[in-house]
Amino acid sequence: MAENTKLKEVSDKVAVSIQNMNKWYGTFHVLRDIDLTVYQGERIVIAGPSGSGKSTLIRCINALEEHQQGRIEVDGTVLSSDLKNIDKIRSEVGMCFQHFNLFPHLTILENCTLAPIWVRKTPKKEAEELAMHFLKKVKIPDQADKYPGQLSGGQQQRVAIARSLCMRPRIMLFDEPTSALDPEMIKEVLDTMVELAEEGMTMLCVTHEMGFARQVANRVIFMDEGQIVEQNEPEEFFNNPQSPRTKLFLSQILGH
Amino acid sequence: MSDTHAHSVSYVRDTMLPQSEPPAAQTGAIKWMRESLFSSVPYTILTLLALYVVYSLLAGFLPWLLGGVWTTANIRECREVLEGASGGCFSVLTERWNQLLFGIAYPQDGYWRPTLAFALLFVAAAPVLFSHLPRGLLVVTGLYPFIAFWLIWGGTIAVPVMALIGVVGGYLVYSRLVANSFAAGFFGGILAALLIWFIGGYITAPLEGVLALEAVASRNMGGFMLNMILGVVCVSLSLPLGIALALGRQSSLPIIKLICVVFIEFIRGVPLITLLFVANVVLAYFLPPGTNFDLILRVIIMITMFAAAYIAEVIRGGLAALPRGQYEAADSLGLDYAQAMRLIILPQALKISIPGIVNVAVGLFKDTTLVSIISMFDLVGMIRGPILASTDWNGVYWELWGFAALLFFVVCYGISQYSQWLERKLQTGH
Repeated sequence: MAENTKLKEVSDKVAVSIQNMNKWYGTFHVLRDIDLTVYQGERIVIAGPSGSGKSTLIRCINALEEHQQGRIEVDGTVLSSDLKNIDKIRSEVGMCFQHFNLFPHLTILENCTLAPIWVRKTPKKEAEELAMHFLKKVKIPDQADKYPGQLSGGQQQRVAIARSLCMRPRIMLFDEPTSALDPEMIKEVLDTMVELAEEGMTMLCVTHEMGFARQVANRVIFMDEGQIVEQNEPEEFFNNPQSPRTKLFLSQILGH
Repeated sequence: MSDTHAHSVSYVRDTMLPQSEPPAAQTGAIKWMRESLFSSVPYTILTLLALYVVYSLLAGFLPWLLGGVWTTANIRECREVLEGASGGCFSVLTERWNQLLFGIAYPQDGYWRPTLAFALLFVAAAPVLFSHLPRGLLVVTGLYPFIAFWLIWGGTIAVPVMALIGVVGGYLVYSRLVANSFAAGFFGGILAALLIWFIGGYITAPLEGVLALEAVASRNMGGFMLNMILGVVCVSLSLPLGIALALGRQSSLPIIKLICVVFIEFIRGVPLITLLFVANVVLAYFLPPGTNFDLILRVIIMITMFAAAYIAEVIRGGLAALPRGQYEAADSLGLDYAQAMRLIILPQALKISIPGIVNVAVGLFKDTTLVSIISMFDLVGMIRGPILASTDWNGVYWELWGFAALLFFVVCYGISQYSQWLERKLQTGH
């Protein structure tokens, strides 16, 4: 796959490099020969029909899923089965889930300070200041003492983003962050993500929000049947898709 | 939309409705009675019928309770006083009060010791049960087992002090080594504690008289005190053991998983009473001759294992009820296994498991009366044996068993009420 030279201008430094990666669920070949290089500061949107392996792909990057073949290197660290290695990568890579996965027994503030205190060994006071800083950034500092169950879905997802940011990650992974939200709340989450992108965060987003892809992505990747079928800059990708599978997909999601 | 319908369909709200009060509540006792007791003819009949049943029960019970005799020395005197009137011979409770609480053989001038231990139990349990109390009180909780042992069993204070030193030493070694690997810390800590206890055995032997209370042998423990000792010790030991077993059963390490599964399935598949017989009789065959392995300790081990197997399964249910996403979120933040379990998974899983755990704890507490079958004189053993068998009180069943039931009910109902309060407190949803 030829790298588009324009994309490289983001930065020369590689954030994530995946080579010849294969993964099976039992005998089902879910990811096939994945090759992907993500440069620092790049915003990548991964699209594709359900079951195409896009979530699995980004979950392999922070080892929530184990890959059976190939090599994944995240921020200079090669992913191996060594637990210390995995924990190191996970503390550098933030992740937002479709169902937020906030910790319901902790307050919003505690959700945000937990990992800095226990993983980064940040003093509690400092961690709380950091958490309030990021809660302000996602525009919900006044909810800090509430519990996740008392917040709307959009607010919960923004807390989840703040919680990840408190670990000062170098890379953010988004696994369909708006799929479980009411239409009214999608925008507030997307706005937060756009803001994050404008600050130069390296982002990999699995999402069906094609407007978001057009606005902030510098590369769109289309996956089907566990393979990368097509990748391009958003304008080219949407206006001039090459593969028939991509054309079909785009006509189905943009057609209505 | 056709034009003909435009009039009826199109609608624009120009003012939003403010929140309003619900209709004036129709309250009052009469209203309530009419609605819930006499709402229809069949309901009225049922209500009157129920009232009659309650009345006839109380008509029999209250005179017996209120007309009871409290001061006679034996059942014959009691019957003379009653002269055929309805009334309970509660004097068995006053006359045998100390036996019911402490058994036959506990030294009489030492009754203050278990009583004090019982009072201290509340101080020690408070910071564990109520998280808003100052954390400094936990020191009392940590020291309590050693103080209570010294108070109840007596002997020199050097023994519990040495036991405490062993625990502290073990913990220090554990905390030093755990940074390298959990296994090294775990086994290192246990080894250090055993070593200190072994050496301590030689040190405490010559200190026999230091701050000594009159020593009481385990076979002399009895009455409700024995039920309380077994209940409190076994509940507090079986909870951590049950958590460890539940986590072990979920472990990805095959040998640990196998050990836990076999342990749980075996212990759960055996009646508690057989385990108690094993503790009482059979264990002696396996131990080297001459070893005096305390009977209460053997019973505690058996009941603890039994309850832990049940609690492990209850907690496994709680663990299974947590969404997969909680594990993933903890992982994705870089928490290691111990942190994820302690901070994220267990607080939620245990909260889900509270009703089940309380169920086991209440059952366990009542099961402590089974030790009366292996000839230990707990509350039930005391009543069945020395009290009912004596010529003085042969035949006083209702009063004694009613009292035993009341004691157990008070404790179990207390546990149940606490757990419901705890569940409400941990509620963090809307």
